[in-house]
Amino acid sequence: MPKTMFEKIWEAHEVREELIYIDLHLVHEVTSPQAFEGLRMTGRSLRRPDKTVATADHNVPTDGTPTANMIKDKLSRKQVETLEENAAEFGIPVYSLGSDTQGIVHVIGPELGLTQPGNTIVCGDSHTSTHGAFGALAFGIGTSEVEHVMATQTLVQRRPKTMRINYTGTLSERVTSKDLILATIGRLGTGGMTGYVVEYAGEAIRELTMEQRLTVCNMTIEGGGRAGMIAPDETTYEYMRGKPGVPEEFEAAVEQWKQLPTDEGATFDHEIDIDASAISPMVTWGTTPGMVIEVTDRVPDPAEMPTAGERESAERALQYMGLEAGTPMEEVKPERVFIGSCTNSRISDLREAAGAIKGRRVADTIRAMVVPGSALVKTQAEEEGLDRIFEEAGFEWRGAGCSMCLGMNPDTLFEGERCASTSNRNFEGRQGKGGRTHLVSPTMATAAAIEGHFVDIRNWS
Amino acid sequence: MEPINIIEGEISFLDRSDVDTDQIIPKQFLKRVERTGFGEFLFYDWIRDGEIVLHPHPILVSGRNFGSGSSREHAVWALHQFGFKAVIAPSYSDIFFSNCTKNGFLPVALGAQECKAIAAAGECRIDLENQAVTWEGGEARFEIDGEIKRRLLGGLDDIALTLMGEDEIDEFEAGPGGSFGPDTQKLA
Repeated sequence: MPKTMFEKIWEAHEVREELIYIDLHLVHEVTSPQAFEGLRMTGRSLRRPDKTVATADHNVPTDGTPTANMIKDKLSRKQVETLEENAAEFGIPVYSLGSDTQGIVHVIGPELGLTQPGNTIVCGDSHTSTHGAFGALAFGIGTSEVEHVMATQTLVQRRPKTMRINYTGTLSERVTSKDLILATIGRLGTGGMTGYVVEYAGEAIRELTMEQRLTVCNMTIEGGGRAGMIAPDETTYEYMRGKPGVPEEFEAAVEQWKQLPTDEGATFDHEIDIDASAISPMVTWGTTPGMVIEVTDRVPDPAEMPTAGERESAERALQYMGLEAGTPMEEVKPERVFIGSCTNSRISDLREAAGAIKGRRVADTIRAMVVPGSALVKTQAEEEGLDRIFEEAGFEWRGAGCSMCLGMNPDTLFEGERCASTSNRNFEGRQGKGGRTHLVSPTMATAAAIEGHFVDIRNWS
Repeated sequence: MEPINIIEGEISFLDRSDVDTDQIIPKQFLKRVERTGFGEFLFYDWIRDGEIVLHPHPILVSGRNFGSGSSREHAVWALHQFGFKAVIAPSYSDIFFSNCTKNGFLPVALGAQECKAIAAAGECRIDLENQAVTWEGGEARFEIDGEIKRRLLGGLDDIALTLMGEDEIDEFEAGPGGSFGPDTQKLA
């Protein structure tokens, strides 16, 4: 019987019904300390340190602070040092602040070759869906489940439903995979994928580079999806080849991975088609990722929303965002620009952003920062001279970490500041209390930094 | 985990949809390395700004897609430690729902109209065993996975239950499944 990629991976990992074996457990400092403490209190060991890896990302300053014990914020320092101590005690590798391979957990997995097709991957972080871009089943879990995986290398899971989104046609020039996923969430809503594992398919997906695919799967959770997946292909294998963590018998592994894609005739619980060629550059206007419009649109009028609930949500969002209904999005002026996060901080994101600068400078009204997703991305970008391009244009060039995506570190917005951000969440206060976030692609963020307002990247010379 | 079955009493009503975990427990309170001490920071920004008033009644009622966003279990710890024992809403994010059930905190999914009616009644009684909610002037049944229900009713420890079948995990690892995935120690 024909099977979906999800079914093949799920069934290969069933220890027994609804108990799934986990191939890779990624750990970071925020959601793990209580899990390690739980192991200690019950006298349990960490079953498979060789399938576990840790890094420090959420709390780390991006100002060049060299090691954990130098972090100024006392609580952040404690959390990162606790991670280091726990990793040492339980025998798991840790890439902490100062390591050559430290970085955002969802950036280092792929770049080290740890993220592999056909695997089950979990982490105490909702953006674990990112790794599904390799044809893995990857999803975020809570701290109790982190402890469960540490103790048993398995997870109790109900079998989720399956959805496939088929993208017909190809993306227009300068329209990115960030726009594709924002447009998809705008159409399906913030709960539109809840309960589903979503496979992204079709011509537009096949044409994406590996890093562009990571951006798509990353934001699956913003549509409520349990996990996002993309079938592995030559693009995947080419990206992985030569990375340190990949199987030694790489070509043999590739032959295995070629069995993973969904079989012809396999059925999904839900299937939809989206015309990729009709997607425009997108900008969020409200306080959920589903509140998103084309850059050429005007800020929507709550009075025109179909239900009372939507009207109330939209009114509150506009008030929080300090926006008037009917304002053309291209007239909206950010004061801050943030290029970074597990959505858009990889080398290709930085190359695209730097490439759009073309000798121009950041507008006087804007403070802009670029935060590479990992120490390796930072090194690579500096070897390519991208740091100089950014700095000469007036961008700040920072150290690797989650940075202003969630403001658990010194990088935050001030009350009322408006930010064009390449991150994934525009929730109230996400980037700092009272901060106003507009989610965009890296090139859209760069153009906004230079012009001082949002622009349609398609017409921007 | 404490066993739960009957939860009854007054209701706090938070009439909003898409209440995300960043609001439930803002990021600045995620730096603790303990499981305790979160209750006083529940909805910190909204409460401090006077946007909402919440009383530590046993039951919280809210709108659709409750608990969206970040996987932080701290959100459940904060709700629980504030005083809530259950939440009633039309829908939840998957991770938040799962986190609730690992902490003896009951998430009940009912239709939007029923949620409004319960909020208007001001108090209700949740009976997990019989999967029923009753309030003055109404009652409704709710669905919950049988295994999740069994574990909540018994206050059962997931890890202990899984380890009772540890030989099955050993067997899985001895078979082809044991060779999946990278060896993280090789890189270290």
